Amino acid sequence: MTETRALLLGNTPRRAPARKWPMTVLGVIFLAIMVFPVYWMINSSLQANSGAATTDWLPFHLTFAGYRAAITQQGQNLATSLIVSVSTVILTLIVATPAAYGLARFKMKGTTAFVFVLLITQMIPTIVIANALYTLFNHLGLLNSYLGLILADTSAQIPFAIILMRAFMVSIPTSLVEAALVDGANNFRAFRSIVIPISKNAIITAALFTFLGAWGDFLFALTLTSTPAVRPITLGIYNYLGANGTTEWGPVMATAVIASIPAGLLLIIAQKYIAAGALGGAIK
Amino acid sequence: MTSVTGTARRRVRVGRFLTSWAFVAPALLFVLVFFGYPIVQNVVMSLQNYTTTTFYTGEAPFVGFANYADIFSNPIFVTTVINTALFTVGSIVLQFSIGLGLALFFKRHFPLSGFLRSLLLLPWLLPLIASAAVWKWILDQGSGALNQFLAVFGVAPVPWLVSPSLALVAVIGVNIWLGIPFNTTILYSGLQAVPEELYEAASLDGAVGWRAFWHITWPSIRSVVSVVIVLGVVYTLRVVDIILGLTGGGPANSTQTLATWAYQNSFVQFAFGRGAAISNVLIAVSLIFAIVYLYMNRKEVDE
Repeated sequence: MTETRALLLGNTPRRAPARKWPMTVLGVIFLAIMVFPVYWMINSSLQANSGAATTDWLPFHLTFAGYRAAITQQGQNLATSLIVSVSTVILTLIVATPAAYGLARFKMKGTTAFVFVLLITQMIPTIVIANALYTLFNHLGLLNSYLGLILADTSAQIPFAIILMRAFMVSIPTSLVEAALVDGANNFRAFRSIVIPISKNAIITAALFTFLGAWGDFLFALTLTSTPAVRPITLGIYNYLGANGTTEWGPVMATAVIASIPAGLLLIIAQKYIAAGALGGAIK
Repeated sequence: MTSVTGTARRRVRVGRFLTSWAFVAPALLFVLVFFGYPIVQNVVMSLQNYTTTTFYTGEAPFVGFANYADIFSNPIFVTTVINTALFTVGSIVLQFSIGLGLALFFKRHFPLSGFLRSLLLLPWLLPLIASAAVWKWILDQGSGALNQFLAVFGVAPVPWLVSPSLALVAVIGVNIWLGIPFNTTILYSGLQAVPEELYEAASLDGAVGWRAFWHITWPSIRSVVSVVIVLGVVYTLRVVDIILGLTGGGPANSTQTLATWAYQNSFVQFAFGRGAAISNVLIAVSLIFAIVYLYMNRKEVDE
């Protein structure tokens, strides 16, 4: 009972840290359960567990055969994912950054309504969009093309990118932009030379989330492409799973690890920008 | 004089109007083409006999509500609705309870609590389909890690993903695992915002433990709670990746939800009209929750 109370309560004064170590142990146990699948992914990617009865709990028989197979079989798809995701980030930023600023700064009729619509778009299931986009793309010849996938991914990421950057840009003091306008700059120059540099952190954060969204996209890839010509890594993983009775889990797990690396790297690199971006609004 | 300034002012105003729209127009166009058009097109398609032949002949005969009649009379419809409800409610209830439990736990500030809490986000790095792959392997009946672990206690191999009576439970379990980091993080930040003085004042009045939780913590985080739950419902309704990756909706439709069934109809059976009709049912359900969410968030949108 006391333990339950201790868990639920936030009011007991801080005790000496030494008495709290049991909670750390409990925390490590919770975490171990939560993170186990990530561990298992890495562990099995390093083993030759071709359907043998058991996989070792630690990679005692270390082999990179899984990674070699993954690179040979999925290297092309990996490149496709990179092309699609990077293009999506660029296109999203080009469209979303001015829009975020426009919606933050200009009080137009319909601004509120548009932000409202952007929020609603976040709740529309992707399968609904894909269903209709397939027929549209079929007419336009955009199925099985980089452009089609990039456009679809971009459209899915734009609303969130706008919402995120607008939240920051609302806090940019109007006086900064006004000063530039008085000096003869037009709105577009003021946007380029003042708003963008100030909003760097927010833009980087939006770029990061856009990349993660595009990189992880599965449903657009599944529905809008059907040939190996344009096949992102997510679809590569899915095709492994579809091949009934997969017994070679090494390459599958190696591919899953490789597919998780960009997200990990980006998060580590962009960490300080994200933190700063989140704080930026509060400080100003 | 007055008229000159009036014209100038109007010109400035028109100019400002045009510039401001120039900033927003591309995004507006994107939203119209990629959200507006699909929603309208789905309604149109749901009233047509839209199949593969349509792509060659360009003909999609109007069939009224035949597609809707078709899906509502299909016994699978009832199955998918029940599955969708079980999947959503099961996921949300457990994600939320475990997330809240962990948030309260981490709020205790024990050694390494910050570090452990940030590690909790590790599963987020995996693309959803990669998570599905890992779990499919862990839940594998023959040599998966879970059955390997259970075998230590003498449990016979459990057919997690291949038994129609267990597959939904397994899929819900995986989805709960996916949702816990999000729930914990948001609820933790909600708990951080509860002023410490409230607890101090309450403890003077003898409100500690459960009573402090019910009278202080819960009322203070209620708005965060409702946002977490509504967003959770909306995101759970659209889940496709995990189910397709783990079971593909099977065995025997036991993990088929509205979202995966819409996919099956459109992209496996190429009955786009029926797929559109199911999509519209799904969108109607999602919109109900979307409206609830926006209603609760209306202050933020208005600001």
